[in-house]
Amino acid sequence: MVAFTLPKNSRIVSGKTWPKPADAKNLRAFKIYRYDPESGENPRVDTYYLDLADCGPMVLDAIIKIKNEVDPTLTFRRSCREGICGSCAMNIDGRNTLACTKGLDEIKGDVKIYPLPHMPVVKDLVPDLTHFYAQHASIKPWLETKSPPPAAEWKQSIEDRRKLDGLYECILCSCCSTSCPSYWWNGDRYLGPAALLQAYRWIADSRDEARGERLDNLEDPFRLYRCHTIMNCANACPKGLNPAKAIGEIKKMMVERQV
Amino acid sequence: MSGSEHGAAVGRGARPLSPHLQVYRLPLTAVMSILHRVTGCALMGGGVALIWWLVAAASGKGAFDFINWLLTSWVGGLGMLVFGAALMYHLCNGIRHLIWDAGYGYEKPEVAASNKAVLIGAGVLSAVLFVYAWLA
Repeated sequence: MVAFTLPKNSRIVSGKTWPKPADAKNLRAFKIYRYDPESGENPRVDTYYLDLADCGPMVLDAIIKIKNEVDPTLTFRRSCREGICGSCAMNIDGRNTLACTKGLDEIKGDVKIYPLPHMPVVKDLVPDLTHFYAQHASIKPWLETKSPPPAAEWKQSIEDRRKLDGLYECILCSCCSTSCPSYWWNGDRYLGPAALLQAYRWIADSRDEARGERLDNLEDPFRLYRCHTIMNCANACPKGLNPAKAIGEIKKMMVERQV
Repeated sequence: MSGSEHGAAVGRGARPLSPHLQVYRLPLTAVMSILHRVTGCALMGGGVALIWWLVAAASGKGAFDFINWLLTSWVGGLGMLVFGAALMYHLCNGIRHLIWDAGYGYEKPEVAASNKAVLIGAGVLSAVLFVYAWLA
């Protein structure tokens, strides 16, 4: 349901300001969302300072430096540091993106970092993605076939393979789904851009033999049709993909199969 | 899928909700989407006023004089200006939605162009409407 304000236990209170580094040449402030499940206190925003003259170029470099040198309790997910694992997805400077591919020089003023929006927070910048993953599983993200398996692989022409470009590259970072106001308000029932892009990735696969069932599963006022072409998904995707377009293709197929 | 089937909703109710509208820097397309809904609601209000005016005209002089006085007062005039602008915006953005639903115009440069087209189109049509209303 639509709720413009945050629940009582989620309202952000003012946090701690950590000391500035000595003799800094290029001082930068980082305002970072903190939530400690052990404390029972409301989330807060802490302010950290780093000397960017002594720091890597990306937002992820900065928060790793904070964790290593200033505050070891700062908690976030990260792994590959090159935009392929999707772990460090967070809200930076008001937009969802990957901390590892977002340059500090792209941000004006203080660097504001929050967890992915409208998600249950486990700790600090770590959201609970259980429901997001369950929604992905619900679209059956694998090849469904009915004909007997071929002796070797399921073959696909170069042209048919090309139809999956712009779809298969999704890393499930959930930047798109958590940028979507429709997903914020109806995420319990609306599948959201990431799951729908993957749904289309299998619908569009020439080798898949369950297109009808896949479309049946999406023929629902909420699962598919809560998309109102707000386009936040395409704006947020750190891989440059376009979930809105994929959803548009699914909607088009829904109409086409009825005429 | 019901939320209660999943761990996210079972026994983890104490987890805070991360901020959303409070922190998200909405892109122009998102602002225009909200405006589409707001203008849609405004059109409902304007539609009620229009029906009132027509029904009053059909029902008698006293009823018509009142609503006609209200609609042609400066408050009513302002309301009609807002209604006119809302109508033009909703019309232009509605045409864009039809194009989207037909499967076209999803690429980011196309969306940037249609943003401009809708805003300029709505502005020009509103201006034409206002000038026409002024002269009439």
